[in-house]
Amino acid sequence: MIDLLGIVDYGVGWAVVAGIYAVFTLGLNVHWGFTGLFNIGIAGFFAIGAYTSALLTTAPPSAVLFEDFVFGGDLPSRLGVFNLGIDLWFVVALLAAATACGITALAIGFLTIRLKEDYLAITTLGIAETIRLVFLNEGWLANGSRGLYNIPKYLGGLVHPAHYNYLYLIVVLLVLGCLYIAVSRAINSPWGRVLKAIREDEMTAQASGKNVVLFKLQAFVVGACIMGVGGALYAHNIRFVSPITFDPLMATFVIWAMLMVGGSGNNKGAILGSFIVWGIWAGSQFLPGFLSDPNIRLLMTGVLIVGVMLFKPGGILGEERRVSNRVT
Amino acid sequence: MIARSSALLIILAVAVLSMTSVIKLELVVNGLVMGSIIALGAMGLTLLYGNLKFAHIAHGDFMTIAAYLVLFIVSVPLSHLGLTAIGLGPFTFGYPLLIALPFAVSIAALAAVLLDLGIYRRLRNRGSSTVVMAMASLGVAIALRGLVQVTWGGDIQQYPRLSKLFFKLPMDVRIPPDALFIAGVALVVTISLHLLLTKTKIGKAMRATADNVDLARVTGINTEMVILWTWVIGAGLAAIAGVLLAVFQAQLLPIMGWKFLIPLFSAVILGGIGNPYGAFCGAMIVGVSAEVATQWINPTYKPVIAFAILIVVLLVRPRGIFGVRD
Repeated sequence: MIDLLGIVDYGVGWAVVAGIYAVFTLGLNVHWGFTGLFNIGIAGFFAIGAYTSALLTTAPPSAVLFEDFVFGGDLPSRLGVFNLGIDLWFVVALLAAATACGITALAIGFLTIRLKEDYLAITTLGIAETIRLVFLNEGWLANGSRGLYNIPKYLGGLVHPAHYNYLYLIVVLLVLGCLYIAVSRAINSPWGRVLKAIREDEMTAQASGKNVVLFKLQAFVVGACIMGVGGALYAHNIRFVSPITFDPLMATFVIWAMLMVGGSGNNKGAILGSFIVWGIWAGSQFLPGFLSDPNIRLLMTGVLIVGVMLFKPGGILGEERRVSNRVT
Repeated sequence: MIARSSALLIILAVAVLSMTSVIKLELVVNGLVMGSIIALGAMGLTLLYGNLKFAHIAHGDFMTIAAYLVLFIVSVPLSHLGLTAIGLGPFTFGYPLLIALPFAVSIAALAAVLLDLGIYRRLRNRGSSTVVMAMASLGVAIALRGLVQVTWGGDIQQYPRLSKLFFKLPMDVRIPPDALFIAGVALVVTISLHLLLTKTKIGKAMRATADNVDLARVTGINTEMVILWTWVIGAGLAAIAGVLLAVFQAQLLPIMGWKFLIPLFSAVILGGIGNPYGAFCGAMIVGVSAEVATQWINPTYKPVIAFAILIVVLLVRPRGIFGVRD
């Protein structure tokens, strides 16, 4: 019986991470799946989201621990009465993370969104690396390579630490559900149809009188905000962020694999893909012999992306060929 | 085009020299060496970009895998044959590295051709957009790096080497001896590439295809063949660049090529996509600026300098400094 409980506990911890990745995949779906924006710098938005939330909520730096950074928002204690006993700071932190990512995306997008698609890819790659280097080198900003390690738990006092994952899973699924509904509604609205039109043929969309640049910019910002929420959820789950967290493998590539496998352009597919790929990822450590080598996963991620593109370009679920909710 | 490029390069050199009172010449020299490594990668990348019309994101990982292939050839088959010499002449490495280099270049070129036949040609025939092709190359990049990490692990490795003292040149310039080798190889390869592009049939066909695929096809050029040759040259140049980078940095890391993508693309876009001469000059500009900037800023921010140049070019002159076409 104890074993069974252990397995369930493990499964819940696994599902929390898969759910957080599903948030990122939804964000990437807005970028790539619906609008065709080629963002290979997810790690940058991941980092900004996670660090914003972490810095706002972590306690101010302590001289005893030789912490160098200058700002720790300490929101949980600062909100005091306004926390209303339901840890309202968490909502503030998530919104702040989304806003920070949105502003970053606005700045990047303002400069580069009107350029050709593959330029955007190179730009996002550069931004992600720049952001990582800034967090690594500027110790005053977020404790440099040592990272932030006292990030508070949401509703941490409510349940026993051993069972905390159950609570956090509910939180993650709630956030994921809200985002799913929001994105799906947005995509089925006239706004979403314009995005798809841009993805299919920019010229035609332009000729129909749509401001292509503005729509692309909006999609870029919305997707980035979602990624910011994902970063914040991640920070309060692992409760530790450092520049190493945002290496391109775990923070960009795996999310691409998830979207491609699940079906780009389909929100259900994005979520399904996250759980499948994260399942393969976590499951592969139980494989025999050299297959359990973590490096195999990197190889697999690449092969998976290329394989899906060649043999099942739509992914598992594929895009629903439907114009809107009313017209079938 | 060549005249214009070289003129600009001379202007740049004069500008740099006139600033030597402010800038340490040593940094400029180091920057030129770094620039020649970037140039080798960027010239291949720009040819691929021009002929295949997509950003080849796996270019950096081709560099990585070639560097590791040389490590393998030097430390397994060659050392079994008793070829373990290090410290050839003034250099840190031995002649086994020179034997291994052509093998690594051939394997990289062959791999690129096979990948094109297996993946990119299928996507091309399906009429996939350039972004989809770039996406596929991202998958290839991840898989290549995975292959490197599975085979050689993620730790820092080194070629067998003998530490050497720096050369002392006039005006307080110290350079590592290997830098001369790197600059020499880069020069020879660049001149060979120039001759190939201007004197041989395949080179001319390649430039014609980069200029206008449809026109090239009606004049009877086998564009599929041109594409395969572009892969051979692009991957071959990337392989040389990867090995030289590993020699220059005196270390091999699975992520070394991926990190190199930003300077590579900066050089390509700076020089105008599809223009190898432009890419060469772009590479020198990127290499020197990043190195010189370390006089004032933290050296770890070098990639940011390359990236900043990229952004400025994209905003001010997206066709690159030598680009004329749209």
